[in-house]
Amino acid sequence: MPELLYREALNQALREEMRRDPRIFLMGEEVGFYNGAFKVSKGLLDEFGVRRVIDTPITEAGFTGVGIGAALVGLRPIIEMMTFNFAILALDQIVNNAVKIRYMSGGQLAVPIVIRGPGGPSRQLGAQHSQSLESLFCHIAGLSVVAPATPRDAKGLLKSAIRQNNPIIFIEGQELYSTKGDVPDGDYTIPIGRAEIKREGTDVTVIAWSKMLLLALRAAEQLARDGISAEVIDLRTLKPVDYDTLLGSVRKTGRAVIVEEGWEFCGLGAQIATDLYRRAFDAFDAPVERVTGYDVPMPYARHLEQQALPTAERVIEAVKKTLYR
Amino acid sequence: MSPAELLELYRQMLLIRRFEEKCAEMYALAKIGGFCHLYIGEEAVAVGAIAALRPDDYVLSAYRDHGHCLAKGSDPKRVMAELFGKQTGLCKGKGGSMHLYDIERRFMGGYAIVGGHIALAAGVAFGLTYQQQDQVVLCFFGEGAVPTGVFHEAMNIAALWKLPVLFLCENNRYGMGTPVERASAIYDIAQTAHAYNMGHSTIDGMDVLAVRDAVGRIVTEMRLTPRPYFLEARTYRFMGHSMSDPAHGHYRTKAEIDEHKKRDPILLFGQQLISRGVAGADQLKAIDAAMQTVVQEAVDFADQSPPTAPDELLTDVLAP
Amino acid sequence: MAIRVVMPKLSDTMTEGVVIQWHKHEGDRVESGDTLAEIETDKAVMDLEAFGSGTLRKILVPDQSTVPAGQLIAVIAAPDEDITPLLAEAGKAPQPTAQPTTPPSATPTPKPRGPTAQPPSDLATKPPAVEVKASPLARRMAEEAGLDLAMITPTGPGGRVVKEDVEQALAARKAAPAAAVPAYEARPMSQIRKTIARKMIQSKAPVPHFYVTNEIDMERALTMKAELADRQAPIKVTITDMIVRALAITLTRFSQFNASFQDDAIRYHQSIHIGVAGLIVPVIRDCQRKGLIQIAEEARLLFERAKTRRLQPDEYTGATFSLSNLGMEDVEHFSAIITPPEAAVLAIGKIAQRPVVVDGRVAVRRRMMTTISCDHRVVDGLQAAKFLQALKHELEEPTGLLLP
Ligand SMILES: Cc1ncc(C[n+]2csc(CCOP(=O)(O)OP(=O)(O)O)c2C)c(N)n1
Repeated sequence: MPELLYREALNQALREEMRRDPRIFLMGEEVGFYNGAFKVSKGLLDEFGVRRVIDTPITEAGFTGVGIGAALVGLRPIIEMMTFNFAILALDQIVNNAVKIRYMSGGQLAVPIVIRGPGGPSRQLGAQHSQSLESLFCHIAGLSVVAPATPRDAKGLLKSAIRQNNPIIFIEGQELYSTKGDVPDGDYTIPIGRAEIKREGTDVTVIAWSKMLLLALRAAEQLARDGISAEVIDLRTLKPVDYDTLLGSVRKTGRAVIVEEGWEFCGLGAQIATDLYRRAFDAFDAPVERVTGYDVPMPYARHLEQQALPTAERVIEAVKKTLYR
Repeated sequence: MSPAELLELYRQMLLIRRFEEKCAEMYALAKIGGFCHLYIGEEAVAVGAIAALRPDDYVLSAYRDHGHCLAKGSDPKRVMAELFGKQTGLCKGKGGSMHLYDIERRFMGGYAIVGGHIALAAGVAFGLTYQQQDQVVLCFFGEGAVPTGVFHEAMNIAALWKLPVLFLCENNRYGMGTPVERASAIYDIAQTAHAYNMGHSTIDGMDVLAVRDAVGRIVTEMRLTPRPYFLEARTYRFMGHSMSDPAHGHYRTKAEIDEHKKRDPILLFGQQLISRGVAGADQLKAIDAAMQTVVQEAVDFADQSPPTAPDELLTDVLAP
Repeated sequence: MAIRVVMPKLSDTMTEGVVIQWHKHEGDRVESGDTLAEIETDKAVMDLEAFGSGTLRKILVPDQSTVPAGQLIAVIAAPDEDITPLLAEAGKAPQPTAQPTTPPSATPTPKPRGPTAQPPSDLATKPPAVEVKASPLARRMAEEAGLDLAMITPTGPGGRVVKEDVEQALAARKAAPAAAVPAYEARPMSQIRKTIARKMIQSKAPVPHFYVTNEIDMERALTMKAELADRQAPIKVTITDMIVRALAITLTRFSQFNASFQDDAIRYHQSIHIGVAGLIVPVIRDCQRKGLIQIAEEARLLFERAKTRRLQPDEYTGATFSLSNLGMEDVEHFSAIITPPEAAVLAIGKIAQRPVVVDGRVAVRRRMMTTISCDHRVVDGLQAAKFLQALKHELEEPTGLLLP
């Protein structure tokens, strides 16, 4: 299996899907001539031309709305947010149009649109450019949210996202673009709504997604040295959550730690914890622990930033707490 | 303008230039992190425009804000310390390159969401009018912000309510890798002001005196009769969009940059000063040397300052 | 004017009650007399009615909470009325406790475990007084293994029994089977059970009981019952009804049995209120004034309501004499415990066919054993014997029961 960068895997998915279906187009800031702010769309303009790889002005609300409109007449837009920080400007289009039109029209219309781009804090980008907004999108009825952590999942999930028929938020890890992993050749998909056990274990279930998966795996590695066997689950799809996989694991281990890079309050982890309690209350030997970013805007200074974000040490500490050690 | 005033403009432009060259160096040494957008090539706009303001007038900028902040009189030491993420920085290291604030000098911040701060500028102007103050607001932004929705909403409100705000578009021809003609339906950006029945003009942003004169006239008028104005300054950035972006690549050639460098605002103004007999070459060199010293002192100060205390992470979230 | 809704004290023994379920929600308009909630007292489940009209502004305790009688549980007021002073009062009251899910036991002393002190905000460190704290998993494991959580040494934070502790206990049980605790299931007590427990201790220990037993021939009573059944179709007269009526007649004559021992005096009650024991004891009031049919009718209604636990407080309190009938449970005879402040209780066994000598010949008759338990401070054995004879006469010559 060839080893690819995360961004290359995404690029393959875009390319293969655009070859497969001429209704698909890619639109966003700097996606064409510039080859993408993060080079995910590299070479696509050359292959598909300006009709299908479309540079836009800095107008997130505008071009997202244009994408939704195009979807109403049968196209399958992929809208790139240069980063998800700017998707906030398109929130009205996403919340009030994309996810509502099918319902408001009583099922007459569908909006098959993928809104994708990098998300999550990155290094020293400061308060406006460094944040995890996935929980915000998870809250919105009718929206699916995907956040792959590995190149293989990135490609397979992006293909599934493109092929399904509803608005979907596809959050790529800004800090994951240069990570490497095995990616199967050619066409394959990974189903939306399916988590994956990335490391098996018996003592505690660690639930993470996107960049936090790598952190969780690192923590699990260290915990193994202390004789603690952590099962690490990559959520992959944040909404809908794959509770079957989570519950299966939690019933086995009796403990759970949820790692999330975003803010604690109203974070996705809170929802998951509640659902696990509700559905497997007597499986738990200890309260679910959450490791999250602090409830503050992201500071610029590196050392403050590191403090604001989850670390492997904090994950280990949380795991030990659930084990009463 | 007196020779001293002219030399002061020159000094400020050189300060910004040397300061930012140092920033590039410090970025390479990883003393500065994150996104860092340099202003090199555009100094005449900030220096000329701010020189025409009173110290108590307000300024807002986007993320390419080192020059505006320094021109408004902020201490280079504290600006550098901010870029280093130190306790002594303007914002205690919490803001960083894109978010400088120096409220004492009425520098109301750098903002990193394109277009977002334009409405804030109108809001500050509204607040001043509301309190019957006679200050004006100067808002810098790139031509990349002109297509954004918030720009148009703010323009309309400012015109409708006659707010004393000068919208100063620094048209450096590119928003990242997108030339203005591929981002805006109107090439002549200043024309957008027509839609809002707003006074407007276009000036040479490489000529510090032209900028100063234009802004001086506009602001004097504005103080008498409050209403907004749209000024487009044609300029050019010599560096990449940010430190992580090459100066030239897909979207422009090295030859194009070299062509523009012939109109380097500092070079042009220096020649003017000499030809007008305001200063000799030696004198200008001395200013340069002095600025290099100032910048080195700023670096030393930043280097020696303590990192921001860890418990600062949780402070300043809410006002008491 | 805001109306305070409190947990009503509905009997003199009631110290606390359970809000089973609110029927109105915050913000609902309520009229005087509307049912606000269903509450369980120590005797019954009943409706809590609004005493005034307005908006139900605040519900202070959730469903299923146990609340001391008299505590504020809700506020009715005008929609815009300031109720903060009332709520401040509520803040000072003891917090309601959720229904306990384990029997009370001594709070286990948490065994400190290493230096990791829990932060003070940890909920686990503020235990309700009697609850055994355990993780849900430990709770389930203990239940499945028949271990009493209270007997397990907790090592979790704040004295929480955790999985490891249960495993330890299981290992210990395996190691020493002889010392093992016998398996049993610990179930929480209902309010009623709690009341009974309390009252019976109050009775048996301080009240000196004695017992006198007699046997009554019920042939004629049964015949009369059958005859009445034929005539009075809608109202079925039961043997219990007849016994109540017989008791009423007998007690009118033996007023010392319709009495209470109270410190230095004995109170002889003017009315005869007869409690008919089941789990709840409905009280047929003023029996001295009621005929058999009226008694039968009232008893039927009371029993029906008792079954669904809808009795009003005055329908299950204030008995002056009690009757306990276990006849239908195939009991020959038994003796009952007096419910203070009553002075006696009559226990009835089953009516069974028994060989007896009638007119010098052995005959089969349907007969019934009765035992009266008496407070010796109030009456003596001889009086008890006479009382039983009188009662026996009323039942064996039952025509008198029909007289007004
Ligand atoms: C709403 C929003 N969308 C996208 C971006 C990413 N971005 C940062 S700078 C930039 C180009 C802005 O160009 P311009 O306004 O001309 O300013 P310049 O960089 O030339 O000074 C873009 C697209 C952003 N910061 N905000």
